[in-house]
Amino acid sequence: MMVIQTLLIVFFLFALVKVIGRWRAGDLTKMGLIWWSLFWVAAAVVVLLPNSTAYFAKLVGIGRGADLVVYLSLAAIFFIIFRLMIRIESLNKDITKLTRKVALQDDKDSV
Amino acid sequence: MLFVIVPAYNEAKNIGRVISGLFSQGLQNIIVVDDGSTDETAQIAEAAGTKVLRHEVNRGQGASLQTGNDYALAHDADTVIHFDADGQFNPADIAKALVVMKEKNVDVLLGSRFLDNRSQMPWTKKYLILPTARLINHFLTGLKLTDAHNGFRILSRRALEAINISQDRMAHNSEIISQIRQKNLSYLEYPVEVTYNEYGQGVGGGLKIIWEVLQGRLIK
Repeated sequence: MMVIQTLLIVFFLFALVKVIGRWRAGDLTKMGLIWWSLFWVAAAVVVLLPNSTAYFAKLVGIGRGADLVVYLSLAAIFFIIFRLMIRIESLNKDITKLTRKVALQDDKDSV
Repeated sequence: MLFVIVPAYNEAKNIGRVISGLFSQGLQNIIVVDDGSTDETAQIAEAAGTKVLRHEVNRGQGASLQTGNDYALAHDADTVIHFDADGQFNPADIAKALVVMKEKNVDVLLGSRFLDNRSQMPWTKKYLILPTARLINHFLTGLKLTDAHNGFRILSRRALEAINISQDRMAHNSEIISQIRQKNLSYLEYPVEVTYNEYGQGVGGGLKIIWEVLQGRLIK
């Protein structure tokens, strides 16, 4: 086994433990638990059997399985960043709205 | 009714002087919006006899101004003055500005440091940063002004109702200018004096504003 494989597997196990911990703490739904567990297990399979993605890679016209994984991951990550940005911005707006409401309400209460 | 809105974040050092300056001009309804300050800003403002609206958490100058605007709207304001809390403006400019605004019958009066020679600014600001900022502002807002990001402004009731500041941080200035154009508000620029205690926003601050403006365009 290559060093990188060991490192990644250890990291995925760590992530899996965190996922289960989050579920136990009630921060994650059962669907969330299943989805993220499957995700990290699938990642482990890809790392342990790099050739397992070769079939799909060929299917879409990419030479190596590893390349396919990188391309898909990057696309997914950028999309997630985009969603997070929007989410943070809307949270910011909500916080401002609340802050403003409290400020104006406090004033009314004190009159 | 006339309101003066002073957004303040950790201005304990200056707020007292700013308020007494405003009072000395005979201005009455001074609203300090304390933007989650961690120092004595709110206490000093209250002790000085102004109304204080308090943001529990820091939301930025744009957010503070809109809170003040909302308050003024709810209290039958016919005119609102935005005035910085850092002591850089001259309160004596207000009375003359109000007269000119009434004479010309415009919706918005925008302060400018470039219409007379009273404002002594660092030369990098005068000849490099502000001209660049003006150009970018013109490009972003479609309004050609002699100054960029000057916090001295007076809004009529009509402008107050039309303008809605959604840019919480520093990009609110460009936003207000954009809305003046979009909502067809009449405006004029008026010379005001700005005294520099500190450098204010440098190039980094400017870049941040551009980023905020662009982000504001992309995300609703």
